[in-house]
Amino acid sequence: MAPDDETPRRTRVVLGEVAARSRPADLTRTDLAEQTPVGEALVKGLMRAQLALALRLALVVVIALGALPLLFVAAPGVAEFKIFGIYLPWLLLGVAAFPFLLVVGWAYVRWAERNEQDFIAVIRRPER
Amino acid sequence: MNPYVVPGLVVVVLVTVGIGVYGLRFARTTSDFLVASRSVSPAWNAAAISGEYLSAASFLGVAGLVLRYGVDVLWYPVGFAAGYLALLLFVAAPLRRSGAFTLPDFCQVRLGSLTLRRLASIFVVFIGCLYLVPQLQGAGLTFTTVTGGSYVWGALLVGVVVTANVALGGMRAITFVQAFQYWLKLTALAVPVIFLVLQWQSDGRPAVTPTVFPTATTVTVEQDAIIAGTPVQKGQILSYEAGDEVPPVSTVDSTFGTDWLQPSGNSTLFATYSLILATFLGTMGLPHVLVRFYTNPDGASARRTTLVVLGLVGLFYLLPTLYGVLGRIYTPQLLMTGRTDAVVLLLPEAALGGGHLGRLLAALVTAGALAAFLSTSSGLLTSVAGVVFTDVLHGGRAGSVRDFRLATVLAAVVPILLSIYASNMDVSRVVGLAFAVAASSFCPLLVLGIWWRRLTDVGAIAGILIGGGASMAAVLITVLGPPLHGWFAEFIGEPAAWTVPLAFFVMVTGSLLTGRRVPPDVGATMLRLHAPESLRVS
Repeated sequence: MAPDDETPRRTRVVLGEVAARSRPADLTRTDLAEQTPVGEALVKGLMRAQLALALRLALVVVIALGALPLLFVAAPGVAEFKIFGIYLPWLLLGVAAFPFLLVVGWAYVRWAERNEQDFIAVIRRPER
Repeated sequence: MNPYVVPGLVVVVLVTVGIGVYGLRFARTTSDFLVASRSVSPAWNAAAISGEYLSAASFLGVAGLVLRYGVDVLWYPVGFAAGYLALLLFVAAPLRRSGAFTLPDFCQVRLGSLTLRRLASIFVVFIGCLYLVPQLQGAGLTFTTVTGGSYVWGALLVGVVVTANVALGGMRAITFVQAFQYWLKLTALAVPVIFLVLQWQSDGRPAVTPTVFPTATTVTVEQDAIIAGTPVQKGQILSYEAGDEVPPVSTVDSTFGTDWLQPSGNSTLFATYSLILATFLGTMGLPHVLVRFYTNPDGASARRTTLVVLGLVGLFYLLPTLYGVLGRIYTPQLLMTGRTDAVVLLLPEAALGGGHLGRLLAALVTAGALAAFLSTSSGLLTSVAGVVFTDVLHGGRAGSVRDFRLATVLAAVVPILLSIYASNMDVSRVVGLAFAVAASSFCPLLVLGIWWRRLTDVGAIAGILIGGGASMAAVLITVLGPPLHGWFAEFIGEPAAWTVPLAFFVMVTGSLLTGRRVPPDVGATMLRLHAPESLRVS
């Protein structure tokens, strides 16, 4: 599975320009595996991107759901609002909260996978 | 007694054991037993996680709480579902990539400390028992409500079925059992609710408030109390006509009128936020939830599985609220007896009458309740047994299947005995407390362990000991201690709002003070936790 398991193959010496195009992919992988400063910086970048994404979406939930108890206390009129004969707090907490959470989760999965693909792209074609 | 209930229960037990035995044909190695050899597809896995998660507290407790307290307790289902979002955002994929099977495994992978591992094992067993005891108690109470039999037999029956199933089939078998039980639980609430809503329509849409008796009702007083300002004695019989308002009873804590219909004011704000914090952050620290993530093939599929779980769990939680609200119309006498947890079981017959339809639906709901006890206790038992197997019996990954069976029986004996001897512990409250302990011990450990390089073993141990220990002490005082009053009672009864920040604070401070103890291989660990599997280089 790992490239260094294989016995080193004979390599042809070619023009520096061509070599520069084909080798860095392996070098970046090695950077990752051997924890060179470059590899470490790459992983840190990925972690920072993923954490920032998670925190941003968590903030959305904290603002949207976490503020509700305060809102009901601060503005009791909101809680007396009716839609289809049902009080707003019942609709918000009993029904709307669940699709909302699902949408936030869906957005996270989408963007987190995109972050990872960007990361893979950096590792695979660093020269671009 | 309802003639359909016993056949219904027998079918559920037989199918559970049957799928367990069917799974046994495939369970050959210890790895099969523990993690289903990591070959379970995301759809099955998500249904299994949901099936395992929706316990007695969700199936019976939420509807009972809504019946009693109204809109304020809708935070329970919202929090139970939102816990999976927190898990998805901060934990799911990195945890899967860490390769840890249990929380103690994660401690070992991330910080390499044996002391921390032992401490984590203690907390896993504590949380597991705290969660397992009320499941068995709920089973006993359901058994008493439906069959009139004794509480001990109900608890023992479920305990023995679960132990046998886990010991014989292990994880592989219960993955299929759990997935089956999710769909059973959803059906058991969704089908009756259609008939219930149609009945409510044809009854001319009776209003939820004020709470009145739907038919003439007689109530036998079983203990001295004050009903609507008048003292009553034990043995007294009270009669109410249809349309009489249900009086508040001094021994039963419940709300009426606008208190039930509207969010309550700032007096309960601390408790509400504490509950939100405990349920949002506690889910990721529950031992039986984490075990499931190891059965995903990689980090990306762990994330997708969690998203499906969020959908399945959210779908389920739309239903108990309806039972609570309809219970207010058709079974208000429960507000006088205080046995509100039985509302899901009693509502079909109360609303639809004692004919075949009402009885069939009542049997279906009871079967769903049994599935709730069976699935959650199976999952908990597997995870507690897994910890006992690896950390107490020192079986390790190379341990024998016989050792795992021994571990299962060992892990089951204490909660079964406890559930028999502590029959008066409050079910839904204990489940909430288990979330609080998990949120103030394992949540900081997981979040900081995954996202913060400078976490040290000393910091983690201090955080778990102080934050988790404080919440554990609060739980023990609440459950075993004398009744408390005033702000102090709220402080101890809903500890998450102060124990979770405390645990984070101590863990961060402790790690910063012992900065030299940061594991030298933290870079490699972080690479493993966060880099997609396709780049695996080591």
